[in-house]
Amino acid sequence: MAVLAVGREQFEEGVLRSEKPVLVDFSAPWCGYCRRLAPAVARLAEKYGDRLEVKIVDIDESPQLAEHYGVDTIPTLRLFAGGRASEPLVNPGSAAEIEDWLRENGAL
Amino acid sequence: MAEKIYDVAVIGGGPGGYAAALYSARSGLSVLVIEKMAPGGQMATTGQVDNYPGFDEGIDGFALGERMKRGAERFGAQTAFAEVESVDLRAVPKTIETSDGPVQAHTVVLATGASPRELGLPEERGLRGRGISYCATCDGMLYGDKTVVVAGGGNSAAEDALYLSKICKKVYLVHRRDALRASAVYQKALEGSPVEFLWNQTVAEVLHGQRVSGVRLQEVGGGATREVACDGVFVAIGRVPDTALFRGQLEMDEQGYLVADETTRTSLPGVFAVGDVRQKPLRQIVTAAADGAVASKFVEEYLAQLGG
Repeated sequence: MAVLAVGREQFEEGVLRSEKPVLVDFSAPWCGYCRRLAPAVARLAEKYGDRLEVKIVDIDESPQLAEHYGVDTIPTLRLFAGGRASEPLVNPGSAAEIEDWLRENGAL
Repeated sequence: MAEKIYDVAVIGGGPGGYAAALYSARSGLSVLVIEKMAPGGQMATTGQVDNYPGFDEGIDGFALGERMKRGAERFGAQTAFAEVESVDLRAVPKTIETSDGPVQAHTVVLATGASPRELGLPEERGLRGRGISYCATCDGMLYGDKTVVVAGGGNSAAEDALYLSKICKKVYLVHRRDALRASAVYQKALEGSPVEFLWNQTVAEVLHGQRVSGVRLQEVGGGATREVACDGVFVAIGRVPDTALFRGQLEMDEQGYLVADETTRTSLPGVFAVGDVRQKPLRQIVTAAADGAVASKFVEEYLAQLGG
């Protein structure tokens, strides 16, 4: 499943009210670590497309969302299930680390 | 992945790893690169690479990583996106346990690179994302009009402090010596900047509630302490090689870099170290790539001995 960008207008519908858990990648196009993470996140979206949605929030375009969810380091991942946000995973070092975190948060 | 025994397994998909893969695959060897994230390694986080020859207007580090991967794939090298969990470098064949299962190979090229060094404070990890950062160019924008402390005194600390001074309300640079180790270009630029230097001190504690609220600095030699209020701490105190997986199997220096000379041969036959993870005087994309080429020569030599 493709990784779609999501902004403030679509956040309620696309993330908070989603039936499936949503992995949200808070990032920005100019951030090197975010770009390095993006292919790994895309592979997870592909691999777990049946139980998980993956969305990207560009913090430049949606500073309110970043502020609301306390993002001050990018990339930061948060998992939303039933409208509630998990503890953040900040700048993970590998795809395997993200999978472990998804498991801990009950998404896998 | 278990059935096949590769001629070469490369751990790490940065410039050193993919250069080794390119040269080895081009010599007709079977090659698997194991990468935990995305091609390019540390280079992939750099927007503009100006010191890799052949790109007269510079090139984006992420794009260069992709191109290095494709260049190696053109000759048959494969990539597995998996995390290495353990290695047995003495086994025959050599065995690598990954998050996607085991990999076996006659030779192993270690290209795991290095990561930012941490301050080593107990509160540090919990404050990642709550005011402690290791990447000023990533997170600086989030500290517009705030006060930050940069810890470190080398080129990257100087570069970070300069960058942040254009964004933040106030930037302190904390360094454990009384002068920077940064190159002259940065020293000059810093002299004319609003950055305030706090010499001969180290960060003894990061003060915080939910978020970072300040730092407690200690004078070097166990002297007085003082507190400085700030909203963020940017850590730029160098890098550490990613060699924890190989401890006990390979010779390393005091800092954990793999001991290998210009031949890239490590203390174990059939195991090679390339790029930033190797003990060497200059860590650059071009020297990592050069290591990869050299490693493939000695990989071939080792395989020829095995075969003979």
